[in-house]
Amino acid sequence: MADPMRIRAKAGADFVEVKVLMSHPMETGQRKDTEGNLVPALFITKVVASCNGKEILNADWGPSVSKNPYIAFRFRGAAAGDKVSVTWTDSAGATRTDEAAIG
Amino acid sequence: MNTNSRRSFLQILGTGAGWLAIASAGVWSKIAHGVERAAFDVDTLDEVVAKMGGKTYSESAEIDFSAPEIADNGATVPVEVMSRLPGTKTIAIVVEKNPHPLSCAFNYSADAVPFVNTRIKIGETSNVTALVQTDQGFFVARRTVKVTLGGCGG
Repeated sequence: MADPMRIRAKAGADFVEVKVLMSHPMETGQRKDTEGNLVPALFITKVVASCNGKEILNADWGPSVSKNPYIAFRFRGAAAGDKVSVTWTDSAGATRTDEAAIG
Repeated sequence: MNTNSRRSFLQILGTGAGWLAIASAGVWSKIAHGVERAAFDVDTLDEVVAKMGGKTYSESAEIDFSAPEIADNGATVPVEVMSRLPGTKTIAIVVEKNPHPLSCAFNYSADAVPFVNTRIKIGETSNVTALVQTDQGFFVARRTVKVTLGGCGG
């Protein structure tokens, strides 16, 4: 099981800003290990962000998003206390969901 | 209630339930648009646009795209895109010289601000494009990022 995401969601005057740090190797399939063997590709392919169960955005990713991915996004129509949840799924089918309350 | 009126009552109920289902599907369904996986396997911006269902694209000053001119470490290059184009549905980042040019695509609901900040890998000095899909078509803003240490080997 991958490590939890760190999610910070903050309500501003115009919108809520969410910052997410995920824990994932994001292997491209082109990197070689110390013995010269190719490390197989393993990367997040889909990210879905929701607020109180309603989808805000989703993302399709290839292997060239950096290791331990960081994203910041913004949305309207929510207030402090509402719950933001983020789910990722990787190319091996592993998935992880974490949640944070808007502060 | 006789058979006839019962039937018409059920018909009305049926119709109502149908509309309710359509209405709630509209509100609660997933964001309909997304980028098909095949778009990650093509080699050029033109092909990425084609895989996303477009034919042409044009430059737009309504896209704020920040990327560093020089990236010391290609493994983690910060990029930020904000679209002021009405009806923005998707923002994608395309790195021309990467083995898979399409890096990531973000698909927005009506509540989302068409903005993203993330970090990507850039293998060598390359044109980097912020590709925005709206109701009206495809729009781009471009930067050149000079990479002094490649990002795909590590």
